[in-house]
Amino acid sequence: MTTQTKLPVDQQTVQAFSEKNGEPGWLSSLRLDALAKAEELPLPKPDKTKIDKWNFTQFTHHTVESDVYASLEELPESLKSLIDADKQENLYIQRNNTPAYLKLSESLKEKGVIFTDILTAAKEHSDLVEKYFMKDAVQVDEHKLTALHAALLNGGAFLYVPKNVELEDPIQAVYVHDNADSALFNHVLVVAEENSSVTYVESYLATEGAGESVANIVTEVVAKDNARVVYGAVDNLSEGTTTYVNRRGITGRDAKIEWALGMMNDGNTISENTTHLIGDNSFGDTKMVVVGRGNQKQNFTTNIRHWGKNSEGYILKHGVMKDAASSIFNGIGKIEKGATKANAEQESRVLMLSEKARGDANPILLIDEDDVTAGHAASVGRVDPMQLFYLMSRGISQQEAERLVIHGFLAPVVSKLPIEGVKQQLTEVIERKVNV
Amino acid sequence: MASTLVIKDLHVEIEGKEILKGVNLELDSGKIHVIMGPNGTGKSTLASAIMGHPKFEVTKGEVLLNGENVLEMEVDERALAGLFLAMQYPSEITGVTNADFLRSAINARREEGQEISLMKFIKELDKNMDFLEMDQNMAQRYLNEGFSGGEKKRNEILQLMMIRPEFGILDEIDSGLDIDALKVVSKGINKMRGEDFGCLIITHYQRLLNYIEPDHVHVMMQGRVVKSGGPELAKRLESEGYEWIKQELGIEDETVGQEA
Repeated sequence: MTTQTKLPVDQQTVQAFSEKNGEPGWLSSLRLDALAKAEELPLPKPDKTKIDKWNFTQFTHHTVESDVYASLEELPESLKSLIDADKQENLYIQRNNTPAYLKLSESLKEKGVIFTDILTAAKEHSDLVEKYFMKDAVQVDEHKLTALHAALLNGGAFLYVPKNVELEDPIQAVYVHDNADSALFNHVLVVAEENSSVTYVESYLATEGAGESVANIVTEVVAKDNARVVYGAVDNLSEGTTTYVNRRGITGRDAKIEWALGMMNDGNTISENTTHLIGDNSFGDTKMVVVGRGNQKQNFTTNIRHWGKNSEGYILKHGVMKDAASSIFNGIGKIEKGATKANAEQESRVLMLSEKARGDANPILLIDEDDVTAGHAASVGRVDPMQLFYLMSRGISQQEAERLVIHGFLAPVVSKLPIEGVKQQLTEVIERKVNV
Repeated sequence: MASTLVIKDLHVEIEGKEILKGVNLELDSGKIHVIMGPNGTGKSTLASAIMGHPKFEVTKGEVLLNGENVLEMEVDERALAGLFLAMQYPSEITGVTNADFLRSAINARREEGQEISLMKFIKELDKNMDFLEMDQNMAQRYLNEGFSGGEKKRNEILQLMMIRPEFGILDEIDSGLDIDALKVVSKGINKMRGEDFGCLIITHYQRLLNYIEPDHVHVMMQGRVVKSGGPELAKRLESEGYEWIKQELGIEDETVGQEA
């Protein structure tokens, strides 16, 4: 079956956008090819969430021009608190679709580290970007949304860490959405060469809530042999924004990818996070927290696929659902034939704060190899009345007691975020979402 | 002025089954009361019901703290009014450090803007943890999570010492403790002893009373306080058991089983 949806952009618009940006030929043709596929391909089918009526395609403008920030002084307060202006030497800020601020320390430049917006990277480091962009982690033709993403790509970042380079301080990116007219087709590509190590932390932040909008976000992380990538993210897009976000990684031998994801969008969201443990002895770890509120519907599919021998995968997801919010948590540990001694562990916990909220935790283990270990735990429940009784018996009010229990429930993931400002941001977002 | 805690004809049910069948008891500040009795006679139910445990339903009676019926209050209001329950099985709460929890509890007793300063809090906490021979890192551990039985009991006494309530109800604070831990826990309780503090200790074992000299001893059987006396009563229970009381009062068919 093919789904026909009229897209708000045509071939000419895409072509013109690509030309205006002076993109290399491979990217232009990739876009046009993808656009044709986007017309044909069906939507993805996240398990247990029906999305055929969701708006992933209708937006006012593909791209808007926003003012840049000449210095960090000009940032709105909500952003300033995210950034340690004195210490953060490696920072990219994108305002809607406009690269608004970029800083990369001289020492990293000297070491050959590349960190810039994705469209500039496609021009200036064309071969490198072409080699990895939507090749091994996420493919253009998986479904309508990946194809649309490739066709309409209008933002994101490229981070390249050469062989043997170990970055001590985190690289930070902030994607500000303050114009609901703009659609976000953001692509983050992180390539960590052999024996390298990097921490990247991003925040998606909506400063103005109103309006219908679309976000289609893809991240690809390539961790080569013995590389280590820590990837932190806080997604906090507005109620009117329908989000498709797909963060994927692939590992070489002995490589490690660790995700710490704070999923705090207020709108309907489909999130996929997949780690392909290709190399032997490679390691994948996903920690995710979710707070759902209002009437939002969300689906979080976390997938670790073991191909390499001795590969280890861990998934930990904690979600809090209030009001009439509804979330599906699918956790998949898949061990392929030949991945002997692999270990797949996962845990999903959902805390329900209201009668109307819905939470569904589905742990799935698919194992095609005998010599492995695997385990899962899942629960959906309410705040334990005995915990509340205990806290209240010390004089703490019910509201404060619930706040403590909820924060405590989310803490194991929050504490993993590697940048203090972003950790603080997540804590505050949680506070705001849980308490109102 | 001395505080009083008066329990009048208290009847309590759990899941439709009556456990307390008319408990009467009067406590004064400055005094240590002990309730003893065989398993399953409602001692722990009494402690939990006074504090407002969600599983217990009070069907009749009053608990008056300085004349006010605490049964009409929420759990946190009872605590703010001056009650404290050291629990037999304290809850474990992930992600909330012991120190943060204690500060919240102390600040709940203070007006906004009058919160305890961090310095003063830490000083007080350090002092009490030293006194109870607790490892300093327990302040930063998650509340009761992974604590041993003995650590949990010490932590209950630590809270008692930090919060300084008018009345402390200690539910089997001695169960599962080795002799060293028992001495430390007793030391904490004795430190609290004074004009402004009243205490109700619930125990199975006379051995706690080797370290804490009670002012009054009460015996509970079949959901009632059936006998009261001084420290000598506990000594007689230790040497002779409960049989003589049953005979004296004509009690039969003692409930055997786990305490609710």
